[in-house]
Amino acid sequence: MKAASTLGILGAFLFVVACGPKVNHNQAVYVLIDTSGTYVNELNKAQLVVNYLLGTINPGDALAVGRVKSRSFSEKEIVAKVSLGKDPLAANAQKHAFSEQFAAFAKAEQQAKGSRYTDITGGIIQAAEFLNETQAGRKTIIIFSDMQEELDYKTVRDIPIKLDGIRIVALNVTKLGTDNIDPRRYLDRLAWWEKRARSAGASDWKVVNDMEHLDRIFKKNG
Amino acid sequence: MSLLQSLLIWPDRLLLSVLMLLLIAVPFLYAARGPMHALIRSASRAVSNPLRLGARWLANAAVRLRNRNRQVLFAHGSHEVKQTIEREFERVTTLVKRDLEGYPVLQRKLMDEITRIEEDYKKSGEVPLPPPDWVKAIEAIAKIKPSGDGVVEHILGEIRDALGKIYQKVVSEYRSAYQERHHILKGFLPFWRSVSQTLTQVDRNITSLQVSAAKIDANVLKLENITARGNDAAHALASSASTQFFVAAMVMLIAFGGAYVNFKLIALPMSAMVGGGDYITNNLQASEVAALVIILFETLMGLFLMETLRFTNLFPFGSITEKMRRRLMWASLTILLVLAGVEVALAVMRDAIISADVALKQQLGSVAGTAHAEAGWVTRIPTFGQMILGFTLPFALAFVAIPLETFINSGRTVLGATMELVLQGFAFVLRFTANVAKETGRLLVMLYDVLIFAPLAIERWVGSYRDGSARRDKLRPVPPLKRASGSEEAV
Repeated sequence: MKAASTLGILGAFLFVVACGPKVNHNQAVYVLIDTSGTYVNELNKAQLVVNYLLGTINPGDALAVGRVKSRSFSEKEIVAKVSLGKDPLAANAQKHAFSEQFAAFAKAEQQAKGSRYTDITGGIIQAAEFLNETQAGRKTIIIFSDMQEELDYKTVRDIPIKLDGIRIVALNVTKLGTDNIDPRRYLDRLAWWEKRARSAGASDWKVVNDMEHLDRIFKKNG
Repeated sequence: MSLLQSLLIWPDRLLLSVLMLLLIAVPFLYAARGPMHALIRSASRAVSNPLRLGARWLANAAVRLRNRNRQVLFAHGSHEVKQTIEREFERVTTLVKRDLEGYPVLQRKLMDEITRIEEDYKKSGEVPLPPPDWVKAIEAIAKIKPSGDGVVEHILGEIRDALGKIYQKVVSEYRSAYQERHHILKGFLPFWRSVSQTLTQVDRNITSLQVSAAKIDANVLKLENITARGNDAAHALASSASTQFFVAAMVMLIAFGGAYVNFKLIALPMSAMVGGGDYITNNLQASEVAALVIILFETLMGLFLMETLRFTNLFPFGSITEKMRRRLMWASLTILLVLAGVEVALAVMRDAIISADVALKQQLGSVAGTAHAEAGWVTRIPTFGQMILGFTLPFALAFVAIPLETFINSGRTVLGATMELVLQGFAFVLRFTANVAKETGRLLVMLYDVLIFAPLAIERWVGSYRDGSARRDKLRPVPPLKRASGSEEAV
């Protein structure tokens, strides 16, 4: 009787625990890297960020790297992507492969000429599409750019976008020469992007220029 | 405007207004004195009586619980003592069966050995035959003094030689006889040793039996005390249960520590089996639940193993046959071994996962090139440590069954005593509150009278005046009745 009651309590505990609210803990991260103009020189830093992300993501998570070019709304602009398996060892191997793939891309891109225009909006729409497909619990777009959008006259990007539940982090937003003359340009640019992201339904907007403390961005409840 | 201010006659003169109000209210309060007193008393009774009732019920419940606890304590104590006596009897039975069953054989052996020793002793006691009678005659002849006669001397010489030869022969026979006796005596030694060993064994068995008998005696005395249901026995049992409870709780706490280490050891590699990143609840990963289930299974198998080995008595296994019990024991042991093996494999897997992770991080961070450490046997020590821990911890967890049983058994007594104390405490609080309510009622009655002290004083004064006049009327001499005729005889 006594053992039965003990087992009963344990069973009830497990039942209560098992019937609790189920939350999707997987996260998906899309790193959007600006390869236009002179920003292509910042690729080394981007590689550090990607490596950091590879070290922190867990089995079941997804990671993709896309580039920003003159027109970025295309699957072709996704440089590398991975959905990690559930087995930690297999996930490790996938991370290995991803790292090598990205290193090859960075090397090739550094030697190539940067694109003429910068279609950040197209990249964001592409990123949102990818993230929504992963059905992850936490979705993040990391934009590695100076956030200066330049479009050719044919490209239409002045359209409403949907970023519901997606967190946007603008990383390493470098100041342009004109920003140094009038800092308001830089601040206005960031404010415009924030407004756009938030009006599109983004859950958060953050600008981070200190690359030494990436852990603050990616901490679990950050 | 507040309610108080609306009641004031002169709002700017608070004290005067209050006094005025009081003056107006006093006649009404005096008129309502009786009903108000009754109301206050009824209200205080309405509060205190249910509280008293509740306190009484709780006190009775505490008494009932104490009696029940006492019954359980005695029942449990007598059950334990009976079990101890039973085990002691089993031990005695085994001892008797093992050693004293062969006692007739032992006795026969002992008797045989003693008889043989006796015979040998007798043999060793036999002396060689004395020299024959003619030796005395020759001895007499040998004593003849030499006379110088050659023939006589020759004869005497011959006789001396013959005697010498005989003497030598006798001495040698004597010596050989003694040698033989010594040889027989030497042959005693193994028998003596054997007898000594046998007797020592008998002594040991008897001593062991005596010890067991003394234990049984002590336990029977204890059982008698418990059956007599004396207070001393109850105190002894209760204090023993408390000690057992705390000791068992301490051991269980240590076991929980071991279980936690075990959990940490297998939670990570379990993600390779059930999938990493899967969550069952908000904060509980599937791999963690799987690790927990494995540990619980190990504990369960440990419980069964201890139960089938008769170390514990948690499950109703009394009805199953001995054969089935043995089968269950082997099944539990096998499952426990399998789980221990799984844990060893998981320990290796954990090491592999961590190594792969470290290697990846090194590669990701080695933009400038990181020197890789040589993987020698020293670096393998944690792996071996994890493997050993993985194998031993399940068996260590199996022993949790023993303190668990003690914890549960003594927990009933401790919980019962705690409940009794809690009930008594609540009863005291209720009784105290009831008394406070009753006294508050009295206090309110007095306060009411203080408020209307002026009319009460007047009432007392009027009352005393009336009493005084009535007394005076009683004491005043009665005036003589006047007769119409004017005669005073009638007076």
